[in-house]
Amino acid sequence: MRALRRAHWLAHLVLIAGVAIFVLPVYMAIIGSTHDLGTIARGELPLTPGPHAIKNYTQAWTSGEGERVRGAPVRRWMLNSLVMALAIATGKIAISILSAFAVAFFAFPLRMFFFWMIFVTLMLPVEVRIIPTYKVVSDLAMINTYQGLIVPLIASATATLIFRQFFLTVPDEMVDAAKIDGAGPMRFFWSILVPLSSSTIAALFVILFIFGWNQYLWPLLITTKGELHPIVIGITKMIGTGDVQTDWQLIMATVVMAMLPPVAVVILMQRWFVKGLTESEK
Amino acid sequence: MTRRAIFDNKLLPYLLVAPQLAITLIFFFWPAGQAIYQSLLRQDPFGLRTQFVGFENFTTVLGDPAYRGALGITLIFCAAVIGLAMLSGLLLAVTADQQIRGAGVYKMLLMWPYAVAPAVAASLWLFVFHPSIGIVGRALVRSGLHWDFSLNGAHAVILVILATSWKQVSYNFIFFLAGLQSIPKSVLEAASVDGAGGRHRFWKIVFPLLSPTTFFLLVVNVIYAFFETFGVIHSLTRGGPSKATETLIYKVYVDGVVNLDLGGSSAQSVILLLVVITLTAIQFRYVERRVHY
Repeated sequence: MRALRRAHWLAHLVLIAGVAIFVLPVYMAIIGSTHDLGTIARGELPLTPGPHAIKNYTQAWTSGEGERVRGAPVRRWMLNSLVMALAIATGKIAISILSAFAVAFFAFPLRMFFFWMIFVTLMLPVEVRIIPTYKVVSDLAMINTYQGLIVPLIASATATLIFRQFFLTVPDEMVDAAKIDGAGPMRFFWSILVPLSSSTIAALFVILFIFGWNQYLWPLLITTKGELHPIVIGITKMIGTGDVQTDWQLIMATVVMAMLPPVAVVILMQRWFVKGLTESEK
Repeated sequence: MTRRAIFDNKLLPYLLVAPQLAITLIFFFWPAGQAIYQSLLRQDPFGLRTQFVGFENFTTVLGDPAYRGALGITLIFCAAVIGLAMLSGLLLAVTADQQIRGAGVYKMLLMWPYAVAPAVAASLWLFVFHPSIGIVGRALVRSGLHWDFSLNGAHAVILVILATSWKQVSYNFIFFLAGLQSIPKSVLEAASVDGAGGRHRFWKIVFPLLSPTTFFLLVVNVIYAFFETFGVIHSLTRGGPSKATETLIYKVYVDGVVNLDLGGSSAQSVILLLVVITLTAIQFRYVERRVHY
């Protein structure tokens, strides 16, 4: 019994150490966002919060301009990120569920050919086709637009695979029953298939929202104007060369705000998040 | 796999796949084809004339010491991320899988870093390890170490590895935990009854049963270290100091977007494409095996 208790004590120690390593940098960012420029630049940042929280967050949220930093209002960047994340998640789910429906419930020539075409895009991440994709988007006059940020990212082989996998488990009898009741394919889709898929949709939504919010390389190429940056790019632009004398208190306030939405989604929707993650990678 | 009961509309299925196919063709296949095509061409510096040069871009790229340097750095990142993030993830998962008080709270507190963007993770670690303002950075300088990641290549590599692995621990933790929870408790109880101790149970039963998860995570972590490090490097070091943190993917970006070397950058893209295809193929062999398992 004593050995068991010692094992538990050790387990708590390991887990607390793990949590501490995760929390430490975030804690320091929060602390940094509550002090003024001078305290940080002098290298005197304490481990306790300072009095400037409201001022720093307001300044970052409404103007994003400090003594050195020439940013854009964080609320604008947050809006960009939110639009991008929601549109990517919704778009990916919408076009994937439709194509999975076609592949799983219809017999038509080229069916498997289309399926493989979608499947192969797994092997074509944006990194291996940077410049030609940029050229396509620029030919379509979508540089510095929301469409340019979003549309090229909404094809999803993974989501299509997951929906198809799930659709294959829907019993044939259900389709027969719908047919006997006189339901056409789209009626079947909306009244039976979509409600049945709701937990898969929720799980995918959580994962894809985080995916969209955290995009980096693509927005870096597509948005050259400050007011169109998603917040993740905005932070890098604020940091610049990382001088001592830059407005770290504003940067850290921005960092904290940038983390809030995706982290909140993970914590509040933990069950869907784990389901989405472990299933989307199968 | 096909099903018996299907709809027999002729036009509808094409309309349903059309949006996905249009985006796939315009933004995936066409650009990927262009990348392959351009990797076989050379443009003069003014973009006025292009010439077919066969595999010359590839031989130039592969013979370039800077490219081999970037390959070496990428492999170091892969090894470090796998070592750090997978081992810590496994340790935390095994620990949290026990029946201890507050296990649920611990699990939640160990999952959220997954949601932090790589570039944001980089700025968090920058603020902690900055030599003049960071709490750890200043401590390192005070201890007599000349800690400065903006001048010292090794320090820059360490910082990128820390920021990159930090976030990935959560991912590995979640998958190892799911893997552990799928191991039937009866197997472990049987081993206990037979007198197997904790360490013995882990290495003889748990670890072998986790091997599909481990293998899967190995592939995912390699892909992560190859591609997702871009955000960390771009916001932390810009590949410097003097290319100490320039990975393959960062080099594609710099050569193509900053230096506008289309042929060379496309050749590098095609090489990366081969890497991704290989990794995906390996991963799917594993999935197939698991289906039959």
